[in-house]
Amino acid sequence: MFGRRRKAAQAPASLRRSFVTPEGVDLRLELGSAGTRAAAFLVDAMIIIGVLIAGSILIGLLGLASAKAEPFMILWLIGAFLLRNGWFTLFEMGGRGATPGKRLLGLRVIARDGGRLTGGAVIARNALREIELFLPLSFLGMQAAQEAADGFLTLFALSWTGIFLFFPLFNRDRLRVGDLLGGTWVVNTVRATLGADLVADRVPQQRRTFSDAALNLYGIYELQTLEDVLRKGQDDAIATVAASIRRKAGIADDGDDAGFLFDYYAALCARLERGMLVGRRKESKFAGAANH
Amino acid sequence: MSALVEGTAVEGIGAPPLVNASRFRAAHEAEWERLEQLVTRMEKRSVRALSEEDILALPLLYRSALSSLSVARETSLDRALVAYLEQLCTRAYFQLYGVSDSAWRQARQFFGRGWPLAIQSLWRETLVCLALSIAGVLAGYWLVAADPSWYYAIIPDAMAGGRDPAASIDTLRATIYTDDQKGGMLATFAAYLFTHNSQVAIFAFALGFAFTVPTVLLLVYNGLTLGAMLCLFAQKGLGFGFVGWLSIHGSTELFAIVLAGAAGMKIGTAVAFPGRQARTEAAVTAGRSAAIAMAGVVLMLMVAGLLEGIGRQTVQDDLSRYGIGLAALAGWLSYYYLPRRREGQDVRAA
Repeated sequence: MFGRRRKAAQAPASLRRSFVTPEGVDLRLELGSAGTRAAAFLVDAMIIIGVLIAGSILIGLLGLASAKAEPFMILWLIGAFLLRNGWFTLFEMGGRGATPGKRLLGLRVIARDGGRLTGGAVIARNALREIELFLPLSFLGMQAAQEAADGFLTLFALSWTGIFLFFPLFNRDRLRVGDLLGGTWVVNTVRATLGADLVADRVPQQRRTFSDAALNLYGIYELQTLEDVLRKGQDDAIATVAASIRRKAGIADDGDDAGFLFDYYAALCARLERGMLVGRRKESKFAGAANH
Repeated sequence: MSALVEGTAVEGIGAPPLVNASRFRAAHEAEWERLEQLVTRMEKRSVRALSEEDILALPLLYRSALSSLSVARETSLDRALVAYLEQLCTRAYFQLYGVSDSAWRQARQFFGRGWPLAIQSLWRETLVCLALSIAGVLAGYWLVAADPSWYYAIIPDAMAGGRDPAASIDTLRATIYTDDQKGGMLATFAAYLFTHNSQVAIFAFALGFAFTVPTVLLLVYNGLTLGAMLCLFAQKGLGFGFVGWLSIHGSTELFAIVLAGAAGMKIGTAVAFPGRQARTEAAVTAGRSAAIAMAGVVLMLMVAGLLEGIGRQTVQDDLSRYGIGLAALAGWLSYYYLPRRREGQDVRAA
């Protein structure tokens, strides 16, 4: 059982992390995956480039139209600077803790220690983009400009900067260098609605009853798998699961698979809960038959 | 507990044998729904979308949802219920704790305490960076004084702009005392200088992460160019004028560069030598305070850009240039290092 459990904890390479609120409750947040975050960044990058191009054209036209070009040049310089350095910082400092790209992909920046996300943390995590992104880019630009004048040096520089660029792939928590320094995390924002109560909406008088032996077959893991099957409501899955439970428990087929499973779920759930009340938590069907 | 006893008693008479999740749900579902409504409204708009009554209820609802979550995890086997409560609590947590202060309060905090205190905490690194820059200046001066051909090695042609050992005194004089050097585009020039220098400063700060080595190199190189230029002008007897030309904005700009280097160095040393803290912890502490200092450095460079782009071209008199430069330096020093009320430090430590 121990071997199995350790394997279960390792196998999915889970991105769930414990995150304790000041009230002392663990929220078990799920970190954003590297792919999602790269996608969010690309969305932001495209918006930034789009705004830059559109803004440049607009300012250029206005500058040509008016007599004095100078205010527009200043506007462009400051605007481009703000766009490059302020886009991520200002959006993440706001109440949503996310740039438009992150919001679109359901991500959010939070402080790793469970506290408030401070301005310093946001600035630190985004200032480091300079070496993560712009440094490799500028080396690439140099390479293009000099036509492999010093190919070996450029290669070295690229691989050195690549360490920073691909840093999130080399650590468990998908931290960028900036996240490391700012003490931040990027987590998925989840929304879920409360599903229907599987037990309550059955008429109690017509419930099937099950023997102890039949209810002793399974534990919590199987119960929750059954819950998934019932909530998804796929007919073939329900038929398969019902057939295998009937076979194991030696119950005759009465033709109502879904009804059978709902009743079995309710009975098993009630039984396992009763066990938990007296401190017997049966994790899975392998957890021994001590529970009766 | 009474609910449970009641449940079993009722079950005996033949009423629905509810499992725990159903009972629990019946008792609390209304609260969860209300909290969800409030949180959704805050997510869509902002706290201001809530009535006074809702705002008062919010913390209570949040805490009761958290306790529901704890109870559900321990006693309920309904996974959907636990998942629902988890996301509800998380969203409420973000709305309650994740929201930052108003922009006005943040700005007041930054200018009143955050900025000067962050700079103060860099004092050791600032001194080291200052020493490195001065060493660079001395080395640059000495190298060019010993052999003028070093000048071409230190300063790239584009930056020299005709200011090299072969230039005549008049040409050099013209570079520091002309008011039509940049035509009528002073403000544009100022904006350009500000954005360019800030970008370099942010870069130097970020490079500090690589164990400060690149930051140190940048600082020393900056000193070298300065020393080489200084030597060039001093040899032609223009040293006093050159320093004046430089100091009007240089006292602010060079100070800002030293501070940016110090901020980078703070991070690098925290990563390399974390002391008693864990390495990541040390990096986070250093990173956050150095980042605030960096925001300040960008503001300093904005001032420097204005002084350089506008002040330097319009003020032609040596003494006024020195005066403005020294006044700016004195202003920055007193803003950063004059002692502040103690409570500020306590707030920051907490």
